Amino acid sequence: MTTYAFLGALEQGFVYGLMVLGVYLTFRVLDFPDLTVDGSLPLGAAVASVAITAGHDPFLALTFAAGAGFLAGAVTGILNTKFKILHLLASILTMIALYSITIRIMGRPNLTLLGKPTVMDAVAALGLPPHLASTALFACFAAAAVAALLWFLRTEIGQTMLATGDNPQMIRSLGVDTDIVIIGSVGLSNALVALAGGLIAQNQGAADVNMGVGTIVAGLASVIIGETLFGCRTVARALVAAVAGSVLYRLAIAFALSLKIGDFSFQPSDLKLVTAVLVVLALVAPRIRKGLARCSS
Amino acid sequence: MLVLDRIVKYFHKGGVNEVLALNGVSLEVEKGDFITIIGSNGAGKSTLLTGVAGGFLPDSGRLLLDGEEITRLPEHRRAKFIGRVFQDPLLGTCASMTIEQNMALAQRRGLTRGLAAGVKAGDREFFRAQLAQIGLGLENRLHDRVGLLSGGQRQSLTMLMATMAEPRVLLLDEHTAALDPKTANHILELTERIVRERRLTTLMVTHNMNQALALGNRLIMLHRGEIILDIRGAEKENLRVQDLLARFYAIKGETFSSDKMLLV
Ligand SMILES: Nc1ncnc2c1ncn2[C@@H]1O[C@H](COP(=O)(O)OP(=O)(O)O)[C@@H](O)[C@H]1O
Ligand SMILES: [Mg+2]
Repeated sequence: MTTYAFLGALEQGFVYGLMVLGVYLTFRVLDFPDLTVDGSLPLGAAVASVAITAGHDPFLALTFAAGAGFLAGAVTGILNTKFKILHLLASILTMIALYSITIRIMGRPNLTLLGKPTVMDAVAALGLPPHLASTALFACFAAAAVAALLWFLRTEIGQTMLATGDNPQMIRSLGVDTDIVIIGSVGLSNALVALAGGLIAQNQGAADVNMGVGTIVAGLASVIIGETLFGCRTVARALVAAVAGSVLYRLAIAFALSLKIGDFSFQPSDLKLVTAVLVVLALVAPRIRKGLARCSS
Repeated sequence: MLVLDRIVKYFHKGGVNEVLALNGVSLEVEKGDFITIIGSNGAGKSTLLTGVAGGFLPDSGRLLLDGEEITRLPEHRRAKFIGRVFQDPLLGTCASMTIEQNMALAQRRGLTRGLAAGVKAGDREFFRAQLAQIGLGLENRLHDRVGLLSGGQRQSLTMLMATMAEPRVLLLDEHTAALDPKTANHILELTERIVRERRLTTLMVTHNMNQALALGNRLIMLHRGEIILDIRGAEKENLRVQDLLARFYAIKGETFSSDKMLLV
């Protein structure tokens, strides 16, 4: 693997780390498998790109993206809690609907940001070389998200979120409206995913309605890699493991792409299959499953 | 103070599996009453308690607490005045959270929750003092996850948590049934002490007739969704298991063997 590929993987690992934190919140904390993320990632990219094109500040554009992601997640939460649609199906419905909405927002399936200001400019202004700048910036975003979540999950509201995932009957009998908690938590998760989408679009200079395909599987793979290697004994550890898992996942992909076995080498399009196989292996391999049992409540 | 007025509850109404779980149950619970509830399996005891807690809307009938109608109040809004302990020790606590986190959650039962710290440093002394009362050494394990505790320890903790924020009604549903006899006794003593010291209005379901007679000031027997016996005060004091059985068979006109489960 070249240094260039290594740095690229690191950069991807951090920016997708925000998405993985979101997936961790739904999948592990809330026990709510949420496929909305496949739609909220391009949604965030689209909203950020349109906002920047309209002349808004790139950082402000990110808050719009996160807000849109929150709403998308909240819709899934409402479909599940208020209309009693199974979580998996509810999230698929939102994801599909988001495809149309994202194209509506951009007015076309993709939107380029070439020549437009982005958050990378702020870091480049500090004098860092461009390929290091984005990596450093995304690492800061990931670290800030971990710190913020760590703080939040220890607040009264955050604790009800942990409890809702663990024992909803108990926390309801303690006076908490679990519907609201679920709606808010799935919203928060998708806000993080959309934030990642907004950053990715600014980094690669374009938003594309199809850029979210397979987000959930990559997220799951990262969560599983992280907790298998780093554990999940405390929330703090699990959060750090999620980001670390994301980085390792991107490194593993970069490594797979650099492999050459005789005439054979992986195509980028093979990676979804590789990831799916990886997740299946992780879910069925007994030793790893023991690790998982400790992590899920 | 708690009034159940002709509560009717069906499960699967209109379907082939229709069950009439509560058949017009009326009950006036006085403040400070400690009512034990017995009845064979499927009599509707759990349904009665769940109904009071707000787990479902009754098909008809009304519920009043201190004169205020609460029939349609959702479960989480009733939690402010209701403390609850389930039969399954796993149901009352969060396994993945620590003892102090669980207690802090219970401490804010019915209050709004914001962005203040979940566990406040100043509360730890109070938690320790509470835990010390139950004599299991849990006061030194505030940071342990509840999943590490035994069923009996968890149920003791749940008892504390259900009564930490003063409930106007305490609901106990066979909360010792899943425990070994020694642990069950410990929990019963704890229950008895907490209810007596705090004068809590309590509804306690039990499958054990001796328990039902030994505890509380009032005893109710449910059968097929109806209250068929309601005995209180001195009359209850002097009652023995045989009398209870005799009254039951007299009312239902059934033979002794068909309801052996009552003896369990
Ligand atoms: N969630 C439910 N769905 C369908 N039927 C139920 C449900 N809960 C209880 N029942 C039925 O209602 C009746 C009363 O049950 P329950 O209140 O649990 O009895 P008890 O606690 O006295 O043993 C039983 O016939 C039971 O099968
Ligand atoms: Mg029962």
